[in-house]
Amino acid sequence: MTTTATRPGGRARAAISARTLRTDRWWLAPLITFLGLSAWVAYATVRVFLHKWFYVDEYHYLTPFYSPCLTDRCGDAAEFGTPLPNFWLIPEAALTLPFLLLFRLTCYYYRKAYYRAFWLSPPACAVPDGHRTYSGETRFPLVFQNAHRYAFYAAFLISIINTWDAVRAQTTGLGLGNVVLWVNVIMLWAYTLSCHSCRHIAGGRLKHFSKHPVRYRFWTFVSKLNTRHMQLAWITLGTLALTDFYIMAVSAGWFSDLRIIG
Amino acid sequence: MKRHFRVWRGDSSGGDLEDFDVEVNDGEVVLDIIHRLQATEAPDLACRWNCKAGKCGSCSMEINGMPRLGCMTRMSTFTAAETITITPLRTFPVIRDLVTDVSFNYEKARETPAFAPPAGVAPGQYRMQQIDVERSQEFRKCIECYLCQNTCHVVRDHEENKEAFSGPRFFIRAAELDMHPLDDRTDRKQHAQQSQGLGFCNITKCCTEVCPEHIKITDNAIIPMKERVVDRRYDPLVRLGRKIFRRDQLESEGALPSQRTARVTAETPSGRRLPEAPAVGPDGRLDISELAAPSQGGLSPFGEDLTFPLPPEQVTYHHPEPDPTLPQSEPPATGGSNS
Amino acid sequence: MTTTTERQLYDVVVIGAGGAGLRAAIEARLAGKRTAIISKSLFGKAHTVMAEGGAAAAMGNVNSRDNWMVHFRDTMRGGKFLNNFRMAELHAKEAPERIWELETYGALFDRTKDGKISQRNFGGHEYPRLAHVGDRTGLELIRTLQQKIVSLQQEDFAETGSYDSRIRVFQETTITELLLDGDRIAGAFGYYRDSGDFVVFEAPAVVLATGGVGRSYKVTSNSWEYTGDGHALALRSGATLINMEFLQFHPTGMVWPPSVKGILVTESVRGDGGVLRNSEGKRFMFDYVPDVFRKQYAETEEEADRWYTDPDNNRRPPELLPRDEVARAINSEVKAGRGSPAGGVFLDVSTRLPAEQIIKRLPSMHHQFKELADVDITKEPMEVGPTCHYVMGGVEVDPDSGAAFGSVQGLFAAGEVSGGMHGSNRLGGNSLSDLLVFGKRAGEHAAAYVETLAKRPTPSRVDLAAATEVALAPLVRGEGENPYRLQQDLQAVMGDLVGIIRREGELSDALKRLHELRVRVANVAVGGDRRYNPGWHLALDLRNMLIVSECTAKAALEREESRGGHTREDFPKMSAEWRRINLVCSLDEAGEVHLERKPVPTLRPELLDLFERSELAKYMTDEELGAE
Repeated sequence: MTTTATRPGGRARAAISARTLRTDRWWLAPLITFLGLSAWVAYATVRVFLHKWFYVDEYHYLTPFYSPCLTDRCGDAAEFGTPLPNFWLIPEAALTLPFLLLFRLTCYYYRKAYYRAFWLSPPACAVPDGHRTYSGETRFPLVFQNAHRYAFYAAFLISIINTWDAVRAQTTGLGLGNVVLWVNVIMLWAYTLSCHSCRHIAGGRLKHFSKHPVRYRFWTFVSKLNTRHMQLAWITLGTLALTDFYIMAVSAGWFSDLRIIG
Repeated sequence: MKRHFRVWRGDSSGGDLEDFDVEVNDGEVVLDIIHRLQATEAPDLACRWNCKAGKCGSCSMEINGMPRLGCMTRMSTFTAAETITITPLRTFPVIRDLVTDVSFNYEKARETPAFAPPAGVAPGQYRMQQIDVERSQEFRKCIECYLCQNTCHVVRDHEENKEAFSGPRFFIRAAELDMHPLDDRTDRKQHAQQSQGLGFCNITKCCTEVCPEHIKITDNAIIPMKERVVDRRYDPLVRLGRKIFRRDQLESEGALPSQRTARVTAETPSGRRLPEAPAVGPDGRLDISELAAPSQGGLSPFGEDLTFPLPPEQVTYHHPEPDPTLPQSEPPATGGSNS
Repeated sequence: MTTTTERQLYDVVVIGAGGAGLRAAIEARLAGKRTAIISKSLFGKAHTVMAEGGAAAAMGNVNSRDNWMVHFRDTMRGGKFLNNFRMAELHAKEAPERIWELETYGALFDRTKDGKISQRNFGGHEYPRLAHVGDRTGLELIRTLQQKIVSLQQEDFAETGSYDSRIRVFQETTITELLLDGDRIAGAFGYYRDSGDFVVFEAPAVVLATGGVGRSYKVTSNSWEYTGDGHALALRSGATLINMEFLQFHPTGMVWPPSVKGILVTESVRGDGGVLRNSEGKRFMFDYVPDVFRKQYAETEEEADRWYTDPDNNRRPPELLPRDEVARAINSEVKAGRGSPAGGVFLDVSTRLPAEQIIKRLPSMHHQFKELADVDITKEPMEVGPTCHYVMGGVEVDPDSGAAFGSVQGLFAAGEVSGGMHGSNRLGGNSLSDLLVFGKRAGEHAAAYVETLAKRPTPSRVDLAAATEVALAPLVRGEGENPYRLQQDLQAVMGDLVGIIRREGELSDALKRLHELRVRVANVAVGGDRRYNPGWHLALDLRNMLIVSECTAKAALEREESRGGHTREDFPKMSAEWRRINLVCSLDEAGEVHLERKPVPTLRPELLDLFERSELAKYMTDEELGAE
């Protein structure tokens, strides 16, 4: 059987009937990404609108999903006042969550992940795009992916708040919760600093490294972290969810915090 | 031992996969099998190759659906029972069998402004530090196999984007020149965004995945270029910093005015700005989504970031006054070949 | 079969798009001539990309004692004084300028601490001299020149609205015949590989830059393009070839796995500390230092090892002897039964340098072995052996202009296809600078030659018809010999009988077999049509390979001595009498190869004075020394 060319005219592509000839399990990676991200988003959504079990008073443990806590429901967890109204649709951390969401949505790694797994554009290399037309990030709304830089600045500030949470919890002694919080914060910093925008600001934008030795060293450091950006993106999803779950469990009294000191 | 192969044979009018059983020896690569086919069953099987060592980038093909170099795909990576399917690159028009017309890439290469030598630096006087050239050197490893161009879904799955999109190969070229310590042009970023279609890239990283030279195309070239575009268009802190410190070597706006004039009067035509088409779509109309454009209203046919009047030293137009030192008009150097 | 032939008019046609061809084309275009570049493969894929080590130029960036005179001396020594001294002189003097010029085209060489171009050590060079980019210098060179041509095209576009108005690249186009008007070049005839359509380039000047002849050999580092096209075109148009017996066998090519047999392992592996060992684990090169080099090379392993860190106070390790000495040593070891399983010897860098150093200094070597052979050179030694690499002989040219000798006018040659510059053996790194220096000169003089013509020569119709007929013959014939089979047979003859070590009996035998092959090649036939038909392309190339092979075999039989790239087992000594003789090959009306002896030009006294008399005595006759 001879199939005819797909396009009329002299400059036709090879007429290959199979949409892809890949024989490996190319669909596995996007599938895992799809399931992983969906599960996390589902968990996070439920938790954010649960409005309880977010704070352990005794040890000052505050889950990152509710930090900074800005509504009347916060009680002692409120470190920065309670300017937000008490309405169930407004999360306790309504001023920071959108930026964190934006930071991850516009992150160069997550973009790859969800363009492939959710939008199928393309699902895998050399596998056809799931859409007929394509304009990439050239126009509205995807042109706003370029706002990643703003989101990075915001995430940087929020990481400081998260660090403050860990420091504040430290004032009560030392328990497993503290360790969990610290691990989470360190990973968050690693993820935030390994961001491509950060790498660019740190020194990537320079034309002559030799004239800026300090920034060059910083750039080299961030570049090393940056090669692990994908791993860190997944690790922080894990540590965020785990930290939140641990605090939820202690707060709800499902089990008590394992105390090392105090 | 005989192994089963399916090779696409045909031309632009059509074709199909043909079956072959070919002897395979230890330590061979896919290109060896193609050569064996040529020497035995199919002497006219068309296939490009040159160095057979992964250095020239000629034998690009798709092996079991993945874009790869024939000379760098060892037969030992397949199981003995596996059927190996070899097809030409999908993104480019086919000429015959495994040979495709890759002229798209050469056209895009021509549209990328060349290196602009720094004014007033004589050959032999170039001084660059190793750490400054290393980033560009990574991109100069490119062997132009065009696997990245072939695998990029922007043009692979959407033929209509070919006009507006240059592809990963030329993004790394733009990045290479933008990071070149002595390149004299400052508009590489604008060019990448406006003429090369940098915005089409949705960083799904297939170019990096298929690169036989393992160039980190996405992380080290495309994303930095996107960030550099963000620098000059969107970032408030950078703008503030530029105001406060009154310097920004990235844009090298602080170049001495004398140098700048020298550059325009001294003939460095290879650094001349290429004519750019007005920012309209193929239908001749402006983009509907004004919201996405940095300035609302009709886009300037001179490019969006030009303000008038231009500083006179930036105008490359030469007034057609007769220059007494030059012959009236230089005849095109045909040497009478058209007579 | 339709035989429409397209006509293209140019001032200068450059055949070959490697380093020399592109450099010549740039120069011709800068001289204002309409220039065509003809490339057998895609633009930018030329064999030049394979050069790894670097480009030799006495810039003195690393060791300020280096200058053109030292470089000239090294080149003459390496070529065993058979070099055309004027070419060696021009090369040594002009190479630095040509390298610096590349930087203005955008090349990015590795740097020294003070920001200059870094230079590395290489076999046969007294000081670190090779400008390099990791180990992919050839790629950098070809890409730089390619991009310069594109930038010239952009200038033309800005001025005329057409990229192709003054310089155009015809990729995947093969020239099969040069067309003459009397004794003058009038054009070139060829075909587009993709469509199979014929094309005539009418041009008063042609620059040959087609590279070498390695595809006539079984084990070679050369790509399929290296079929001696330029050599054959020159012969058929009345030019002459010199010293075709001198072929360089690179001492260290991969011998395993079989599919990549022949691919080079760069000499910098040895320059950076790699050592050669036989199957007994012995570092055997110490046994093979010839008398003429005894003074410069270390005698103990300890001294040799010290050299890597302190080159000023120690002598060099014998692994860095000129290539022919290393190739011969490896050959002897293998013949004596001390070779590796695959018939080579072991090149070991893994025990000499830490892994990260190896990866940093030899990145593409490491990459190549890992990807192609699954061998990790930081962990295990490589198996290497001699492979056909470079031809020193070639078109006999005027040293200053690159114009071919013989009866033809308007023909120029540069790069590997031209002969004389490297004498009997080429130093590593000299080929890349050779391309640039003589590429530029050939382009410049071709343009100047066009200027002197009062009237354009025109190709005659009869020649055109004849060229078409010859080109179509293998397709028309229907039944006949298989071209792939013929190529294998030719490679077997050349590899076995005219290989690295030669004997009189084998050479005469080779000539006989080449005559038989000639009859068979005349009867070659291929199936399929003219569109991208590799069988047909090979059938047309065979004719060229055969004629050049015959020159090589004849000259090898004639030269009764061993020197550089020519080793006769029956005449193992270098002879001062033979040093004065160039062997010149030409073609008569009937297509028979003729060989004649011509004197080697005498060195000018001031150049002769650069050498110590005692050194000259090793190469020259008493008569020459007396005449000094």
